[in-house]
Amino acid sequence: MKNAIEIRKLTKDYKDIRAVDNLDLEIREGELFALLGVNGAGKTTTIKMLCCITQPTSGDALLNGKSIASDADEVKKIIAVSPQETAVAPNLSVEENLMLMCGVHGMDNRKSQEKTKEMIGEFKLDRIRGKKASKLSGGWQRRLSIAMALISEPQILFLDEPTLGLDVIARSELWDTIRELKGRMTIILTTHYMEEAEELSDRIGVMRDGHLLAVGTAAELKEKTGEEKFENAFIKLVKGGAV
Amino acid sequence: MRKMLSFANRTMKEILRDPLTMAFGLGFPVILLLLLSLIQANIPVDMFELHRLTPGITVFGLSFMTLFSAQLISKDRNSSLLTRLYTTPLKATDFILGYLLPVIPLCIAQAVICYVLSLILGMQFSVNIIWAVLMILIPSFFYIALGLLCGSAMTEKQVGGICGALLTNLSAWLSGIWFDIDMLGKAVKSFANALPFIHAVELERAVLLGDSRAAFPHLIWVLAYGIVIMVIAVFVFLRQMKRQ
Repeated sequence: MKNAIEIRKLTKDYKDIRAVDNLDLEIREGELFALLGVNGAGKTTTIKMLCCITQPTSGDALLNGKSIASDADEVKKIIAVSPQETAVAPNLSVEENLMLMCGVHGMDNRKSQEKTKEMIGEFKLDRIRGKKASKLSGGWQRRLSIAMALISEPQILFLDEPTLGLDVIARSELWDTIRELKGRMTIILTTHYMEEAEELSDRIGVMRDGHLLAVGTAAELKEKTGEEKFENAFIKLVKGGAV
Repeated sequence: MRKMLSFANRTMKEILRDPLTMAFGLGFPVILLLLLSLIQANIPVDMFELHRLTPGITVFGLSFMTLFSAQLISKDRNSSLLTRLYTTPLKATDFILGYLLPVIPLCIAQAVICYVLSLILGMQFSVNIIWAVLMILIPSFFYIALGLLCGSAMTEKQVGGICGALLTNLSAWLSGIWFDIDMLGKAVKSFANALPFIHAVELERAVLLGDSRAAFPHLIWVLAYGIVIMVIAVFVFLRQMKRQ
């Protein structure tokens, strides 16, 4: 299977801190890849570099063959991001938020309306389509946020802590949504929740201090560490360093 | 173009749907105009005659436009929405124009409302009113640029203090709207003359009187301030965008 993302010696320095250190990683097309790590591990910085929000200090990454260092405009056409916090325009309705994303991707009015209708149907937003985004619950805002990311039909989707702060029901509903997306595009998910990574992802990368400590399926990582529970495997990896 | 207009449309909606915009941006200048006209009706003061007062109030109202745009930009900078939009094909110029352009019709609308109210209150209609409404674009350029600068350089809290308190007070007291600036002494007069506020008011007053000769030096002064502030604002915005 073809690689959707090829990361080569990707490094980011902030003053005297190295947030990401010579990261090498390949993610396959259509794969759901989870990046796990404690706070400050370098997950969000990695995502920011891959999304062309932050420039790498050195190294590069190819997203479907397009370089984040030299071809950021082309990369932006094929990616979408659902950021860590809910990224919606608060005074715009659900429908207007979706139309906004169509517009900033250059879709004409007819296409924008078609895509908005499609996303409202797919994400079951019909009941709240006219409601201001600021008046929605956390779960609905997150769902809208993901719908906004998907409206441009991205080839690669970044979900940065998509279920952070959600209650159990809202999280479960969002998991269902993410499961439905699997296979349709390449998804990179960062999360703090072990069960989320284990439940949703095809492969998991564990980061600490800007380094990738281990990569594999949840079962492979458990086997490598000799642990039965994935959470214990993660703790062993992070505490013990690279495997 | 379509991308920028979509972003500009969103800016317009965010500003218009904030109740403070209607209250301060459109309501406050109207109340001031009514109140000062009432005073004028009972105790006649040259300064409060409609042909002198209306241009002043119209320019003063623009300081609220600075506040609204600065608040929106600084709020956006702290939100994930801007992070999301940075990952879309929007370019830096789309962001800058998308923040600036929607404020222009609001400035014009504010001027139209002030002049229409003045006509109702008894100001004589002349074609110069139309020129005065159009000329408001020059001071608007300065105030909008200032909004971009403050929004790009300050936090939301700082914007409230600097634009909400300092700018509106500077714009109110050092512009010769309510009293002759000569009354404050030579030093304050020189300081006021070095700032663009008094020139913006005098520009509007001269245009309303149809005195283009008197208007010209004030126009140059306000325009120069507008250009300088805009250049600095764009530089600071781009730097902030890169930092994000």
